[in-house]
Amino acid sequence: MKKIYSCELIMKTELCRGVYDYVVKAPEISELAEIGQFLHINCGGKTLLRRPISICDFGEGFVRFAFQVKGEGTTELAKREVGDMIDIMGPLGHGFKTTEGEKAVVIGGGIGVFPVLGLARRKNTAVFLGFRNKDMVVMEDDFKEACDNVTICTDDGSYGYDGFAIAAMGEYLLENKADIIYCCGPKPMLKAVKQIAEHMNIPCQLSLEERMGCGIGACLTCVCKTTGTGMAEHKQVCTCGPVFDAKEVVL
Amino acid sequence: MAKLEIDYCGVKFRNPIVTASGTFGFGYEYNEYVPLEEYGGFSAKGLTRTERAGNPAPRIAETPSGILNSVGLQNPGVEVFAKYIMPELKNSFDTNVIANISGNTIEEYAEMAEILSDTDVAIIEMNISCPNVKHGGLAFGTNASVVEELTGEVKKHCKKPLVVKLSPNVTDITEIAKAAEAGGADGVSLINTLLGMKIDINTRRPILANNMGGLSGPAVKPVAIRMVHQVYNAVNIPIIGMGGVMSGADVIEFMLAGAKLVALGTGMFRKPDLILDVKRDIEAYMSRFKIEDINDIIGQVQLN
Repeated sequence: MKKIYSCELIMKTELCRGVYDYVVKAPEISELAEIGQFLHINCGGKTLLRRPISICDFGEGFVRFAFQVKGEGTTELAKREVGDMIDIMGPLGHGFKTTEGEKAVVIGGGIGVFPVLGLARRKNTAVFLGFRNKDMVVMEDDFKEACDNVTICTDDGSYGYDGFAIAAMGEYLLENKADIIYCCGPKPMLKAVKQIAEHMNIPCQLSLEERMGCGIGACLTCVCKTTGTGMAEHKQVCTCGPVFDAKEVVL
Repeated sequence: MAKLEIDYCGVKFRNPIVTASGTFGFGYEYNEYVPLEEYGGFSAKGLTRTERAGNPAPRIAETPSGILNSVGLQNPGVEVFAKYIMPELKNSFDTNVIANISGNTIEEYAEMAEILSDTDVAIIEMNISCPNVKHGGLAFGTNASVVEELTGEVKKHCKKPLVVKLSPNVTDITEIAKAAEAGGADGVSLINTLLGMKIDINTRRPILANNMGGLSGPAVKPVAIRMVHQVYNAVNIPIIGMGGVMSGADVIEFMLAGAKLVALGTGMFRKPDLILDVKRDIEAYMSRFKIEDINDIIGQVQLN
């Protein structure tokens, strides 16, 4: 039987304004976790639904996740302090499917950088991270420790590469071969990466986000549009994803 | 030991707790958290004559003490259910399966009832009140004479107990319940969701891709309790009550209002093992008030 866990918050850091990095004690979750899976968190307060939040990192006995305060749920979650217990279901969904020895490109945008940290640790990987501006750059140290080929990009050029991460990735791909692209970020980034991957004939996996209900595949609310027909035209992000083969989804 | 068994339309339920259609898939997902045998039974995802892709996302939005949903009956179609899913459920689990059907025409409903009559489903629940599909049941569910005619026709093709699921989006729900009873329904279930809407004030657009959706959760519970109470006093067929159940206390409240079975729904999204708490609370309530048989509380609200 799967369980719902009450996890102690053991580390809380504000990465930049309104973006929090949490580490919770969660031995059962960390033992099963895979890169790209998510947690379904009861944020407390007056919220009724849980909120899906991607796993950023995990290790012996702990799970780490980060989130941006956006609505009621994340506002409530941000109120938790070290020592508080957090009600968590997980790990849920399907993560990134990696192959040993592949030459990978990892691209993340905004808060979409968190789920791809684990991918950055793999050999032969080039990482492109996009942020709106210098103040919103997060987890630079984590990524640079994980990988020696990290390009930080800002939309306004206030830090690192001047422009979109997609542009930096595009330039890299003109000079370098890649066996696969992994991406997590806002919809315009997902769309662009999917287009580039298809144009260059590179396999690609995208981590999607959608408003979610049960988190376990039963309520059929968090669907994405796919190339399938009939009932298969919509697939649950929670159980069929959140990571999909880019060729399968229609964005 | 307190008696929790219920006889609903001749079907034995080991306890009065079932699940609301559309919140529970085909049972497998929640079975990973709590064995399906813990429930009295469950209502499977709403079926249509042929498969449906459903509405685009977003299909869900949280509102104060509730949620709006607009899934649009995404399902594999009644024949796939009858041929593949139901036999598998029968082999895997010892529980009552309630099949929920929605149609565009009387003929479609009748065909579906006929197909499901040859399966192991315990009960057929006829949804005449889905607010989320264009030509869906809601049009049927708001007109008493149509409800009576539809129920009568479907009943002719139905070898299982037929339960009509009622919409709260009507002026007088007792009129519709009486019409279902007159048409030959064996029971009624209520309430379906209340039609609602939520607008993002920054983008000035509705959150749901379908603009409007069905409201469920604790926000609708007082409306549901009131309607179960009214329907209980208006008809002689048994009621499946639902709407915002979050605890054993809520189940007791529905039963006092007149429900014989009570469905969990939205509450399971936050707590997939809600059934365990609910059962524990009901047993505690029964021992506190020295109730030996749960049937003894049905409809026992004492009005002021």
